[in-house]
Amino acid sequence: MKEQIRQVIREHGHLSVDPGTLADDADLYQAGMTSHASVNVMIALEDTFDIEFLDSMLKRSVFESVDSIAQALTEVGVEA
Amino acid sequence: MSVTAHLDAGLVEAARRIADEVAAPNAIDVDKEARFPAEAVAALREERLLSALVPVELGGAGASLETVARICFELGRRCGASGMVFAMHQIQVACMVDHRGDGAPWFDDYLREVVAEQRLIASITSEVGTGGDMGKSVAAASEVGTDGYQSFEKQAPTVSYGPHADAFLTTVRRAPDAEPGDQVAVLSRRDQMEMEPQGTWDPLGMRGTCSPGFIATARFTPDQVLPAPFSTISAETMTPVSHILWSQVWLGIATDAFDRARAFVKAAAKRKPGEPLPAAIRLSELMSELSLLRAEVGLALREYCDLHAGDRAKLSEMATILRFNNLKIAASEQAPKVCQEALGVTGIVGYKNDTPFSVGRHLRDAMSARLMVANERIHATDASLLLIAKEV
Repeated sequence: MKEQIRQVIREHGHLSVDPGTLADDADLYQAGMTSHASVNVMIALEDTFDIEFLDSMLKRSVFESVDSIAQALTEVGVEA
Repeated sequence: MSVTAHLDAGLVEAARRIADEVAAPNAIDVDKEARFPAEAVAALREERLLSALVPVELGGAGASLETVARICFELGRRCGASGMVFAMHQIQVACMVDHRGDGAPWFDDYLREVVAEQRLIASITSEVGTGGDMGKSVAAASEVGTDGYQSFEKQAPTVSYGPHADAFLTTVRRAPDAEPGDQVAVLSRRDQMEMEPQGTWDPLGMRGTCSPGFIATARFTPDQVLPAPFSTISAETMTPVSHILWSQVWLGIATDAFDRARAFVKAAAKRKPGEPLPAAIRLSELMSELSLLRAEVGLALREYCDLHAGDRAKLSEMATILRFNNLKIAASEQAPKVCQEALGVTGIVGYKNDTPFSVGRHLRDAMSARLMVANERIHATDASLLLIAKEV
């Protein structure tokens, strides 16, 4: 799952570094992801994993690292 | 900050007196000369209203946001610039109260000083080169030097009441190598800063806010940086509280425009008792427009107070961000509409600047609303959030 998350971030996150070089708990916003890019990451994650995030998950802190995204995906039923 | 539903009648009454007796008689001169509403701010200091939001344990009044919102409304009714200066100061105080963290002695001490000395705090959030996006900074906090100090230099296109503030809450990147969105907020005192004025201040409205540009440089110690990331400060406090308090000021301005239109119609009705009065119908229509504004502004205030007191994490959710962004857009468009239609009721008598029914200043002041963080920028943010948020 984390590799798929990295692929989505690679395509939509507009980071200043390749997400493959980031640790699972690295802060994606500090790596250059803007609020606007993060929305595109969220949409692509919903599409890739065929899920919908709850409103309670749609906030900055949930999308700040590969780890936190993986945890959110697990919460909506994606299996690791 | 305390955001319980408690309205402190004593503080509101003091503010109403200042609005009527100090802000109102100076409003025309403040507007005409584009000068700082010094008399009103001095009176607010005297009543210790600048520290209204500071918690009781630090010596402040521990007032609720609803109390401060009401004060913004009362001041806005009599002098838009006085209301806006008060509102903006309270926003910086709210950010410090909410986000100073546990055991941050520097901010606790500074808030005690706000109480004792009634310090006036401005913000330096906008910056040349960011395209109006408060969530990005060019300026950065330097590394801590061998003397224990950090520094920044920031080019700000506007700093409201910059020439009159005692301290400044400034957004900068966390470090020289930080990304534009990786921001912190620094509180620096005037004596730690150099403020080089840029350009002049001769705007259409809100002339008393005295908001020219500056190149601001500051030297500060690391404990003057609010511990929370600015993204959190912005989502939980600065953005929603700004939108709430600004819109209270705009509601105050629009309410006074309506009151002047109503006084005009009443005077006309007295002159010609029993005769049909087309202006009275327009006044009734105007009341509907004012009610829409009042409902939106009041509801948003209650929603924020509920969330702040209960589920504060919800303030960071996109659906909530959309809600308070929409407040700003709606109120900033509705307030000038009310003022313009008040002019439709009063006609030439309201258009003239020197009658009891003049609403020109109200209209000009209210027109600043859509520029305070441009509505187009907020729409662009909302357009993006609407793609992903569920219940809005």
